Amino acid sequence: MEKLTFEFLGGAAANAPRAAKLVGVVGSGNLEVLIEQADLHGGCVVEVVTAARGFGAIWQAVVDDFFARHKLADARISINDVGATPAVVALRLDQAAEEFLGGKK
Amino acid sequence: MTGYGMTSYYECSARERLAGLLDPDSFHEILPPSARVVSPHLLQLDTPAAFDDGVIVGAGKLGGHKILIAAQEGGFMGGAVGEVHGAKLVGLLERARDERPDAVLLLVESGGVRLHEANAGLIAVSEIMRAVLALRSAGVPVLVLDGGQFGCFGGMGIVARLCDAVIISEEGRLGLSGPEVIETTCGVEEFDSRDRALVWRTVGGKHRYILGEAKEIVADDVAAFRAAALALIDAKPDLSLAAMTAEHQALGRRIERFGALPDALDIWRALGVAQPERLPLLEADEFRAAVANRRA
Repeated sequence: MEKLTFEFLGGAAANAPRAAKLVGVVGSGNLEVLIEQADLHGGCVVEVVTAARGFGAIWQAVVDDFFARHKLADARISINDVGATPAVVALRLDQAAEEFLGGKK
Repeated sequence: MTGYGMTSYYECSARERLAGLLDPDSFHEILPPSARVVSPHLLQLDTPAAFDDGVIVGAGKLGGHKILIAAQEGGFMGGAVGEVHGAKLVGLLERARDERPDAVLLLVESGGVRLHEANAGLIAVSEIMRAVLALRSAGVPVLVLDGGQFGCFGGMGIVARLCDAVIISEEGRLGLSGPEVIETTCGVEEFDSRDRALVWRTVGGKHRYILGEAKEIVADDVAAFRAAALALIDAKPDLSLAAMTAEHQALGRRIERFGALPDALDIWRALGVAQPERLPLLEADEFRAAVANRRA
C-alpha cells in the first residue's frame, strides 16, 4: 500500500457551498473518489491510498490531466484505490467532479 | 432479466439502490463517507479501507413512510461485516428502537464476516441478530431485500432469516455457507460452485421462495423491490408463541419431507410442481403462478 499526495494551485473556487460526493467502490480494479469542499487557501489536494506500490509517476500524470480539465479550488479529493487502471481513475475523477459541480445526479 | 425501462437491482451499487428505492431526495445518511469512520484493522493489514466501510446507513422515506435503511456494498470485500460495518448496522437497529420508524429495510449483500477482522465481525453479527430480534419484538418490522451480485451468506444469511420478511429476486441468493465454502470443505462432488445452474437452483431466489424462506419474489428491477417493500410495511407479523411453535414444527416437517432428497429439482417434484425442470427459465410472474399453492 502506498499513500500519495498531490497539490494544485490556480483553480477557480466554487461560489456556493457544495455537498460532498462519493463515486466508485473500493474493489479490485476499481476505486472510490470522495470529493469535498475544504478551506485550502484556494488549493486543490488529491490524497491517494492505493494497494499498488510504485506508480507515483503515473498517478501524477493522471491527476495533472484531471486538474487541467477541472480547475477546482478549495477542494479535497480523497481516493481509495485497488489497482484501477489510469483510464478508470480518470473516468472516476471526471465523474466525481461532474457530480460535485453539477449538484444532482 | 431486465427489460426496457427497468433498472437492474443486481447491477446497481448500494448507493444507486438507495437512490432508486427511496422517495426522491429523502435519504439522509448517518456517518457519511466524509465522516471517514473507516476500518481500524484494514490499514494495519496494508489494505485500503472504504470511507463507509462497505455499508450505508440512514433515514429516508418510502412512499411517504418514515423508514431507517441500510445498504451493504458487495463490491467492497464482498459486503463482508467488519467491526465498523457491523457497528453501523447495530447502531441503526438500536436507533430504530428509539425512533420507531414505520419499518427498517436491510439491503443485504454480504458473504458474511470479514475475515480480516473476524473476531470483531463475529461479535458484530451476534449484536446485529440481537438488535433485529429486539426491534421486532418492539413492533417495528424489519424487511430484507436480497438481489445483489454477492448474495447473502454467513452471518448475514442468519440475520436475514431473523427478520420479518425477505424480498428476493431470482438473481438473489440466500444461505449459510456459500457455494465456494461448501466446495472447499466438502469437495466438488458434494457441490460444484462453478455450476451456475446448480448454485442458483440450490441457493437462488426461486428455491428460497418455494421453500418459504423468502416471502416475496420479484423481477430484477429496483421499482419491483420498492413496490414489494411498500406492500409489506403495513403487514403486522404474528409473533405469538403459537405462531413461533407452528413455524418450528413446519421447519421440522421440512427436514422430514425433503431431508433425503439430493437436489432442489427433487423437492420441487415432491411438492407437486408440474414440469419442475422449467422453473429456472420462468420470469418472476410466470414463476409465481407456476408454484402457487405448491410452496413448502
